[in-house]
Amino acid sequence: MKINKKKQQVFSAYLFILPGLILYLVFLIYPILKAFQMSFYEWSIMPGEINKFVGLANYGRAFSDPIVGLSLRNTILYTVVTVPGQMILALFVALLLNTITKGKVFFRVVYYIPVVTSWVIVSLLFKYLFQSPKGIINYMLVNVLHVIQEPIPWLRAASTAFIPILALGIWKGIGWTMVILLSALQTIPPELYEVAEIDGANGWQKLTKITLPLIRPTLVFTFVMLMIGGFNVFISVVMITNGGPLQKTEVILSYLYHQAFDFLDFGYGSALSFLLALIIATLSYLQIRFLRKPEELA
Amino acid sequence: MKNKAYKIHKKIQMIVLYIIVGLGAVGMVLPFSWMVSTSFKEKTYFFEYPPELIPENPSIKNYINAWTSGNFQHYFLNSMFVALISVFFVVLFSAMMAYAFARLEFPGKEVIFYTIIFVLMVPNMVGIIPQFLVAKTLNLRNSLLGLILFYVSGSIPFNTFLLRGFFETLPHELEDAILIDGGNYFTIFFKMIIPLSTPALATVSIFSFLGFWDEYILALTLIDDVSKRTLPVAIATFQGQHGTDWGLVFAASLIAVIPVIIVFTSLQRYFVGGLTQGAFKG
Repeated sequence: MKINKKKQQVFSAYLFILPGLILYLVFLIYPILKAFQMSFYEWSIMPGEINKFVGLANYGRAFSDPIVGLSLRNTILYTVVTVPGQMILALFVALLLNTITKGKVFFRVVYYIPVVTSWVIVSLLFKYLFQSPKGIINYMLVNVLHVIQEPIPWLRAASTAFIPILALGIWKGIGWTMVILLSALQTIPPELYEVAEIDGANGWQKLTKITLPLIRPTLVFTFVMLMIGGFNVFISVVMITNGGPLQKTEVILSYLYHQAFDFLDFGYGSALSFLLALIIATLSYLQIRFLRKPEELA
Repeated sequence: MKNKAYKIHKKIQMIVLYIIVGLGAVGMVLPFSWMVSTSFKEKTYFFEYPPELIPENPSIKNYINAWTSGNFQHYFLNSMFVALISVFFVVLFSAMMAYAFARLEFPGKEVIFYTIIFVLMVPNMVGIIPQFLVAKTLNLRNSLLGLILFYVSGSIPFNTFLLRGFFETLPHELEDAILIDGGNYFTIFFKMIIPLSTPALATVSIFSFLGFWDEYILALTLIDDVSKRTLPVAIATFQGQHGTDWGLVFAASLIAVIPVIIVFTSLQRYFVGGLTQGAFKG
């Protein structure tokens, strides 16, 4: 009787996982493993032709490809600028929203609007705002704020074309980070602040001695998630500059996409995607290892 | 006296807070207001200077043109079809898997679950090249069904992970009662787990819907056939090679945003719940 029951449970369990598992193996696991295999080949897209095994040649090529270096530099620049940008602004807004009494929900919704709007649409929007010479941003800077004399040729100049992409990255992500930090702030018991106030603590001390240490796990979580997101920057680059001018704003994902689907170099594209995955995995591991305290690791 | 001064001080502090938060909110909304404004202007190939936030002669011509141009209504339906069908299957299959992982014992459970966690850490784009080849081999290119299969598979790991955490918190007593009454595990799943998990399932559905509605990369890669396009790809191609009719682009974009706004504002409470769940489970 008991054995039968156990068998029934095992049988049912397999039925439960079967549909999801099949889809997941065919459309997700197999492609990931296949990409790994392809990264060691000079992959031919013509049916029937033989794919040539080239060992680590695709990886070797990546290390000597100047555009890979540039793409990696841009990807790192994007992460280094947008992650702290989002976190500092989001923390600031979350702290303010945690203090106010009325309209909290309203502001949370407003700050969250850019988050729920598609990347394609907000990228087009920023491309429009940063048009030159007659775009809105140029108009504001030249005619309203008078901070510059001449309009900036944003997207046409290599030195400025990445700025709209960075601005969009920060603007779109504040809401997400803020909502998560705010919900962490709301779990802090108000008595802690009352006691600190009696002890004569000022605002800065309350922030650094109570608030930040208590939401530390959430800060680490958002930091890791934003960093992963930063390394995965793609749609905004493709939509706003498409890597231009002269491939100067290419990031890893846009470059690998162009290699794969414009130049049909599938083997090289796969190798680039694995290099990116490796970088992300290493950084996530290091962050979790060194930013979480030992007691939080479990 | 001192008390009064303190109260005034607090009040001023509050007003300053609201001003700062309000300015930030304006910063969030201002870019969109230019988008709305431009969508009501005509002849937006040319940039007016100085730009006017309130259009002088507002016109809904762009909306009419966008809605009736080429295949736009068709793209809207494609997007709706793909997003809704995908949501249904993602929720069903993820919930089924999550139930097995959360509450049943079976050989191989650990191994399968860890591959799911592993996939969560691999960037989506790693699989895109072979996914293109798989779609080609299985004749799923230029097919909405193909898109649905890739969307569903792609969201199974995260949603399974999320729902497993939720299902683990449900009480066990009812389960035994159902089994004693002659029910089986499917009875438990459909009669107890699903009804008790409406908030979690709603969260998963909303996030999945928005993700599918906005999905760009797979739709761009797998679909060449113009009539099978979804909205994000269609909107991206509204941008011309030489000149862009921005009013038309933004009218089309705003039409595409309407379902998002409806879902987001009406189900706002599930959003925060879902986000924090993801946050603390992650």
